[in-house]
Amino acid sequence: MFKYLPHTHDDIKAMLERIGVKDIDALFAEIPKSLLNKDIDIPSSMSELEIFDHMNGLANMNKPLVPFIGAGAYDHYTPSIIRHLIERQEFLTAYTPYQPEISQGTLQYIFEFQSMITQLTGMDVSNASMYDGSTATAEAMFMACSQRRKDKILVSKTVNPNITEVIKTYAKYKGIEVTLIDEKDGITDLESLKKTMSEDYAGLIVQTPNFYGNIENYTGFKEVLENHKGMFIINQDPSTLGHLKTPRAWGADIAVGDCQTLGVPLSFGGPYIGYMATTTKYMRKMPGRICGVTKDTDGKRAFVLTLQAREQHIRREKANSNICSNQSLLALFVTIYMALLGKKGVYEVQQRSIDNAHYLEENLLKLPSFEKVYPQPFFKEFTLRTSLDIDTMLKALEEKGYLGPLPQRRFNADKENLVTFAVTEKRSKAQIDEFVRILGGLS
Amino acid sequence: MYYDKLIFEISTEGRKGYTLPKPEIKRYDLPEDLLRDDCPGLPEASELDVVRHYTNVSFKNFGIEKGFYPLGSCTMKYNPKLNQDMSNLPGFTSIHPYQPIDSMQGILKVYYETQRMLSEISGLETFTLNSYAGAHGELIGLMIMKAYHESRNDTKRTKVIVPDSAHGTNPATATVAGLESVEVKSNKDGTVNVNDLKSVLGDDIAGIMLTNPNTAGIFEKDILEIAKLVHEAGGLLYYDGANLNPLLGIARPGDMGFDIMHINLHKTFSTPHGGGGPGSGPVGVNKKLVKFLPKPVIQKIDDRYTIDYDGDPLTIGQISHFYGNAGVYLKAYTYLLTIGKENLPDIARFSTLNANYIKESLKDVYHLPIEGVCKHEFVFDGLKDKSTGVKTIDVAKRLLDFDMHPPTVYFPLTFKEAIMIEPPENESKQTIDMFIEVMRNIAQEAKDNPDLVKGAPYNTVVKRLDEALAARNPIVKYKDLLNQ
Amino acid sequence: MNIPKNLYYTESHEWVRVEDGHAYIGITDYAQDSLGEIVFIELPEENDQLTQFSEFAAIESVKAASDLNSPLSGVILTVNEELEDNPELLNEDPYDNWIIKIEIEDEAELNKLLNAEEYAKVCE
Repeated sequence: MFKYLPHTHDDIKAMLERIGVKDIDALFAEIPKSLLNKDIDIPSSMSELEIFDHMNGLANMNKPLVPFIGAGAYDHYTPSIIRHLIERQEFLTAYTPYQPEISQGTLQYIFEFQSMITQLTGMDVSNASMYDGSTATAEAMFMACSQRRKDKILVSKTVNPNITEVIKTYAKYKGIEVTLIDEKDGITDLESLKKTMSEDYAGLIVQTPNFYGNIENYTGFKEVLENHKGMFIINQDPSTLGHLKTPRAWGADIAVGDCQTLGVPLSFGGPYIGYMATTTKYMRKMPGRICGVTKDTDGKRAFVLTLQAREQHIRREKANSNICSNQSLLALFVTIYMALLGKKGVYEVQQRSIDNAHYLEENLLKLPSFEKVYPQPFFKEFTLRTSLDIDTMLKALEEKGYLGPLPQRRFNADKENLVTFAVTEKRSKAQIDEFVRILGGLS
Repeated sequence: MYYDKLIFEISTEGRKGYTLPKPEIKRYDLPEDLLRDDCPGLPEASELDVVRHYTNVSFKNFGIEKGFYPLGSCTMKYNPKLNQDMSNLPGFTSIHPYQPIDSMQGILKVYYETQRMLSEISGLETFTLNSYAGAHGELIGLMIMKAYHESRNDTKRTKVIVPDSAHGTNPATATVAGLESVEVKSNKDGTVNVNDLKSVLGDDIAGIMLTNPNTAGIFEKDILEIAKLVHEAGGLLYYDGANLNPLLGIARPGDMGFDIMHINLHKTFSTPHGGGGPGSGPVGVNKKLVKFLPKPVIQKIDDRYTIDYDGDPLTIGQISHFYGNAGVYLKAYTYLLTIGKENLPDIARFSTLNANYIKESLKDVYHLPIEGVCKHEFVFDGLKDKSTGVKTIDVAKRLLDFDMHPPTVYFPLTFKEAIMIEPPENESKQTIDMFIEVMRNIAQEAKDNPDLVKGAPYNTVVKRLDEALAARNPIVKYKDLLNQ
Repeated sequence: MNIPKNLYYTESHEWVRVEDGHAYIGITDYAQDSLGEIVFIELPEENDQLTQFSEFAAIESVKAASDLNSPLSGVILTVNEELEDNPELLNEDPYDNWIIKIEIEDEAELNKLLNAEEYAKVCE
């Protein structure tokens, strides 16, 4: 007997009798003999105690560092109650809410998630989440191309290169051509857009704050796009939306991004959760699940997956996306996070990130080895030029338990000496001061 | 009492549910012209308000720990608590994806070992864990298929064969990958009609997508011939891992001739469904396709685990921001270590035993369209006695009154009144007997009092819903409700 | 199944009523019945040019979605905008509630359509 398998000898006997076969092997008789009995080289079963030791050993082989880096994964604080609530078996182990009568819990938090995302972004309708911010952006490209019946899209050079790479992969196989729009002074260049944009393109994808941490100013963008019937897709960190102008205010047709910044742990890059929101006009073109309100036969308010005719299980080969499920449990995670923080909290928490990041920048600029590159406002992430040897710098920081900034050269050969720092509300003044001291010692 | 409030409806101005350290640093203000001029309308609640709200919301759900969950093709097996605890170890959750390689050896080892174990179990060369879900895995798989043909300048291959019984995701994925899907008719038992297959095979076929056992739980006994025909025609075979459970430790897709596959860890390897995610869909390939795998690639060189961010020059490219859902892999890895080599075949054996037992126990009252042995799941085509007017949907809803999750219904589409039953291996004979009894009772009720069944459910927090109302007049956020 | 005698039909379940050189186009009783409760219709714009048997609209029910194909070529004169807010009218009376009215471009195209008797066979 094994702990996950309840069948006793008597059970098996009785069940085989009912089926009318002599042994379990008889239930596999149709499988060609040549396929059976292969040796499968995986470890022997371990007890819970052994696994506990083994996994702790592996966890200890990792060396957690205090991050001063972001680049798509930000070290924000996770309030205690979230883990406890999302691990309730009713949420954790339930299937996709296909049977609404016994899935009102999932459906309700999805509705709350949609409500919160639309409040943050200013958009009319949000889906019930996407895998991550990069794939959400690629899905937005599909949506725009399908809506406009075009096979070309513009992407700003200031978008996180990991996102751009994902967009390019999705585009390549679907037969969509991606053209990059230049940057100027660390933000998307409106002049480059004006020169390039034509009716051949389904629209433009930008990101704010962008890969350098700069907050972009989209004054004039909407007009250029509208003149050529292009859609405006803004990828924006939702944690900045307590402060910053919303995608809606800039005229976005689709808003996307990654909700990892709403308290989701770093966890080696996943699971995170993307979001996508749009205007009422394009609601029926949006991929993924959407939850709506209806009534039951007694007239009681209830929640249900709606507008399903958009989706793969009905549209099959005519669907715009093959997305089946979503990151439901993570949608619950960020919904609880936003419920705790509430109306003022997203602003208050991120004001700390802003303060910390600006304090770090101010102090780094006092060192001779750092100088400003971009004349742009930033949020919690910023890029500086350094005269230090970057490898030496990162090693020195690691020795003291810090994870240093992102070297831009990793993605961009012509940005050899640029490094991008990120600071969240989790960093104390003492940590920031020590971080600066270490770097100061290298100059 | 039924709790029907939204978090917005318990919001009280001025409350909050968080604390921050005392400020140590002066305030920096962002430029006015970049700021929003309103405040996002999020709810305001104390910590207990929030805890109590979501606890009450949770009571409106049905999880595996509550009762039997025989959803066909979904493999709703028990999600061990140990998996959860192991994935929550701070040594894993606090790792930034861009840490130096030597500071992440533990998680990289988990990745590498998971890739290796999945390869062993499926008979393929290696796996990528960069994908986020089954559908995502499928997309990556078809991209690899396309990239393979393109690398051989074989650009005519633009079509992919999908059986008519396949999940809707298959044809949708083909479209998203820029391929055209060609439907082949299946035999009565849902297996591939080899003659029909032959008639569509040609130099325009990139490959075929199959589940085996198929959606009706029937093993493709002609699989070796199918593989031979497709390969001779120059195509590749893609294995949709939705139904891998009854083959664990028994037979391997790679040995059957499949070139590419994805595995749903949230089905076969016990990671929680989470109400629809996060899932994960690792993609495995045989030797000749390794170079097309997405980047970054996690490898072991000598005794050190590393990340190759560039991948092979022939890589399909990047398909996720970092490396997939690490938290999910930790759970699947823990499960694999717990199960181990010796228990693996029993998963297949007992899930198959359970399914056949239910099938034989109910086929006198439910219509069994495919006689004979099934694997881990099977399909009834509604009640045997059609004269009562009671449909599959009614049976499903009536089950809710007995605290059981209904099977998958109205799928596969090849059966009009499909009821697809999958009882995972960890369900005991007692639980299954209870299900059989309830199903028999419902069949009897359908004869004695059909309106009773048609009016079900009665014991749920809400009754049947008006789905047309929701779609005609979409209310998709709290603000819409206020404007009603 | 209601299949009026005086209309032309397509195999994809659209009907055509010809009146003074114009054609009214809608979906058949069979189509509305198979779709079930219709919740949305995506209508084309006036003055759009249609070609015979090409897509001109999309229709959605709770559980299904379908593209509509134009039985004839021609320019759209009028779109029945009432359907936008009340798509359920198509369930209530699919023949009274036409979807578009077009200018017939080539009467010969009518020969490629089915009569009521032929269409009844398609629905069997």
